[in-house]
Amino acid sequence: MTIYGYRVPMMASLIVWCLIWELVGQSGVMFLIPPLSSILASAVTMVQTQTWQAAALITLHSFVIGMALAILVGVTLGVLMGRFKAVDDLFGIWVNIFVSAPLSALVPVLMILFGMGETTVIVTVFLFAVWIIVLDTRAGIRHVPTSLIEMGRSYGASPFALYSKIVLLAALPEILAGIRLGLVRGVKGVVIGQLLVSIIGYGELFELYSRSFDMENFWALTIILFAAAMLMSAAIEHIEKKVEYYAGVR
Amino acid sequence: MSIPAAVAHVEQSATTDAVVEVRGICKKYGEVEALRNIDLDFPRGKLTTLLGPSGCGKTTLLKIIAGLIEPTSGEVRVSGRPVSGPGPERAFVFQDFALMPWATVMRNVAFGLELKGMGKAERQAIASKYIAEVGLSGFEDKYPHELSGGMRQRVGLARAFAVNAEVLLLDEPFSAVDEQNRRKFQEDLLRLVEKERKTFIFVTHSIEEAVYVSDRIVLLSRRPGRVSQIIEPKIDRTASPDAIRRDQGYLDTVEEIWQGLKHYVD
Repeated sequence: MTIYGYRVPMMASLIVWCLIWELVGQSGVMFLIPPLSSILASAVTMVQTQTWQAAALITLHSFVIGMALAILVGVTLGVLMGRFKAVDDLFGIWVNIFVSAPLSALVPVLMILFGMGETTVIVTVFLFAVWIIVLDTRAGIRHVPTSLIEMGRSYGASPFALYSKIVLLAALPEILAGIRLGLVRGVKGVVIGQLLVSIIGYGELFELYSRSFDMENFWALTIILFAAAMLMSAAIEHIEKKVEYYAGVR
Repeated sequence: MSIPAAVAHVEQSATTDAVVEVRGICKKYGEVEALRNIDLDFPRGKLTTLLGPSGCGKTTLLKIIAGLIEPTSGEVRVSGRPVSGPGPERAFVFQDFALMPWATVMRNVAFGLELKGMGKAERQAIASKYIAEVGLSGFEDKYPHELSGGMRQRVGLARAFAVNAEVLLLDEPFSAVDEQNRRKFQEDLLRLVEKERKTFIFVTHSIEEAVYVSDRIVLLSRRPGRVSQIIEPKIDRTASPDAIRRDQGYLDTVEEIWQGLKHYVD
């Protein structure tokens, strides 16, 4: 975008919105929206507190375990569904139901199954992230050209080599897209799990700040979470672009 | 078809040294009969072409020989042994090249050797030799999408040569290559056939291409595919490529095949 011949950098629109936020905050019309500058200031002090660091660690812990499981199970199931019709028939309907189901409604049920602790949060992250990974992996496997698989077979690839050296790599762009979307859903999952169930980690802090109407800290928490989710997503997108470059001709 | 004498003669000479023998191959896809009772011998060191109208099952037959498709009945023998799947004595060149887009020319060419578990230095040395052979020296570190269609198929060909298989199976290798490159490629293929002394089985739907490159042409009829005629072009291959394309024997053979195939075309 150019204005009066000057090239406006990509993030310029963000600056405009930050300014508007700051002005609204300074005017003091809504106590829900404090000035951005004071939010950032409280973010800086917050990240230095023991409470925040402990909460972030607990949250990260649940998130990483849940995501790792979701990627492992999601990619495996997606590959099996993409390659074998029987598996596809068996799981297809469930994956398609769950990918669009309002999973938050299930969280209380999970609580009964897995208790009030971290397990429930991990399961929530898993359930939020796994389905889109399954669907995207399946689509990627379906798009692997038949001739590439025939090439592997005719040059004597073992079943393991066929998958590790050909099929998974050929489907990598779609698998990565699934993981990126799964990550974003997993972030939702971890917060919802912590809010609804065990009131630990980030969920506990959200609860604390919103109840006491401590809006500076509440927004600081939110912004940090958004930034983390966007950074992860951008990192995967970066890898995706590289992979797509190499997979340009298919 | 009207030349039983020639067919009989060919069958007799072929049985003496056939690398690949096809016996009573039938292939049905559900109700559709793709191939009916194919008996063929592919003599050692020769380039045999399977030629026929589209849908005659020539690619199916090639993939059955490769072990990529199971026949409904019948048997394929390679050097006398029945085969039931792909094997190291056969290498395949694909119509759409089947190159790995994430791998360099070098890795693609060496991939057959990599799958055999050969060490990196050794397989790259062999791959380099064949990359040079097909005229791609200097492109070792390029990726497939940086190459033209013709160059990509040269990579596919080098990969097939690198595994040192006795039999090379080529499935319409030039159909996705533009006309100018195809001619150059055909000439290079003839040179490589001469040099490598391997048995080639070649599938094409182009009559001119078949006559230009083949020692022996097997004409398949329309579905269900059957062997309708076997032709051995009498062409002096020592002549220059341009001379061959103007050779009376070349032109007569093209005409003869066209007469044979004409009634399949609506």
